[in-house]
Amino acid sequence: MSLALAPQTEADEPGRETAATPLVRLEGVSKVFANGTVALAGLDLVIGRHEFVSLLGPSGCGKSTALRLIAGLGRPTRGRIVGPEGAARGAVGFVFQEPTLMPWATVFDNVWLPLRLQGIGRREAEPRVGEVLAMVGLADFAHAYPRELSGGMKMRVSIARALVTRPSLLLMDEPFAALDEITRLKLNDELLALWRAQSWTVVFVTHSVYESVYLSTRIVVMAPRPGRVVADLPIDAPWPRDEAFRTSTAYNALCRRVSAELHRAMEG
Amino acid sequence: MARALESPPASLPAPAERAEPAAREDRLARILAPIVIAILVVGGWEAIVRVHEIPHYILPGPSLIARELVESWPVLWPSLLITVKIAALALAAAIVGGVGLALLCSLSRWIEIALFPYAVVLQVTPVVSIAPLILIYVDHTLTAVVLCAWIVAFFPILSNTMLGLASADHNLRDLFELYGASRWQQLRLLRLPTALPYFLGGLRIAGGLSLIGAVVAEYVAGTAGTGTGLAFRVLEAQYRLNIPRMFAGLLLLALTGVAIYLLFGALSHLLLHRWHESAVRRER
Repeated sequence: MSLALAPQTEADEPGRETAATPLVRLEGVSKVFANGTVALAGLDLVIGRHEFVSLLGPSGCGKSTALRLIAGLGRPTRGRIVGPEGAARGAVGFVFQEPTLMPWATVFDNVWLPLRLQGIGRREAEPRVGEVLAMVGLADFAHAYPRELSGGMKMRVSIARALVTRPSLLLMDEPFAALDEITRLKLNDELLALWRAQSWTVVFVTHSVYESVYLSTRIVVMAPRPGRVVADLPIDAPWPRDEAFRTSTAYNALCRRVSAELHRAMEG
Repeated sequence: MARALESPPASLPAPAERAEPAAREDRLARILAPIVIAILVVGGWEAIVRVHEIPHYILPGPSLIARELVESWPVLWPSLLITVKIAALALAAAIVGGVGLALLCSLSRWIEIALFPYAVVLQVTPVVSIAPLILIYVDHTLTAVVLCAWIVAFFPILSNTMLGLASADHNLRDLFELYGASRWQQLRLLRLPTALPYFLGGLRIAGGLSLIGAVVAEYVAGTAGTGTGLAFRVLEAQYRLNIPRMFAGLLLLALTGVAIYLLFGALSHLLLHRWHESAVRRER
């Protein structure tokens, strides 16, 4: 299968049909930090409903900065961002590179946190917390403390916490980068299954070509100094994606193509 | 998502069933070794005193000190209670003052900039040199003595709690901001739990210091003071050349200090053992 740059037509490709209704729009967004570092220079990006977009690039290309700005953590120096309504009320879920759990709180209390901050009590939150914990396969660990869990399980808790508010947009900042290969591949599959079953949009920051090709409906390749978009590639590989896809020639061709774009980005 | 691939978390069995022979030996050694040292020192001391027939007003033997401790218990025990009361009041005031000021400092950088230097001044000025002044200006002697002990105990709580309140994980702070947490929610659900281990560390130091502060203040207050605390009894015994009673008083003070240390150590373990690295048993 070749990589098509034109909009493609496959019916079961979830990213396409609703791409016309944008969920997030970045218009000429620049971010300059206090020390003078230009993290982003005039970034234009439109993310459609139910897309799975990967921001791919070497470190320092501003991909994490872009993600944080979309989340509303910090303001752009120039330009504007139109995000989903009600970001502060849980319309946006954020998953950090580290699990970022409160060590003094149980798994339940960690996942309850976003609802708790909206004034939802423990009793009232119980069904929702139970539901997302079951979704990530941790229903039996509600009363465990984070230190009793493995790295992969902590990351599942972190994902459950991001999902508990039923967000329309899920932002993930290299969520699996610190995990071992086996756990990472497994979590990739689980994330894809969840995404296909639910109605969210995902923006996924990564520096792994293979991961981004496997997961995405679209890859935005970014380059550093200053951070900018250098290529915007739809990934038209068929669904479902599984182990067979990971070893297929189509997957390899896509990876080669994306790698080539990434190399061009890094050379200038 | 599918069932976890990883093995379930190691549940933590009761200490009794997981204590391997090596671990039990280790615990036994931890108790026995100090006891052996105590027996050697006390026995050696007693032997030297007896062999050289050292008079009791120069160096009393341990057996004489023990007898004195029992005989003067009706005098020493009420005095110990008074000293403990002074230390406890000072520590309570140090907790309220230290945590309160730390909270104020965390709310406003300007409060921190304006007040923190004076907290440092209070800390570095030797309490022995301030105590006489405090005793002049504060009429109520108990209040004056508590104030002296408070000065010594309050700084470790203040500085540790400040450090703890400022140590919240940056990503967690972002998460709270993302969900629109109020300042009060941030304080209650993030900053205070983060600060707890730091505060407890400060409390362990301050607990011992409040006793030292109480003793120093009593010494300075001397006969003009309340006149009944344990430190005063030691001073009184010195005037009367009752050396065995001096040793008995010192022994009681030392034991009290150890008790305070163990008490706060246990409190710290109780509050932190489920989650904090300092209190979690390592699996090997």
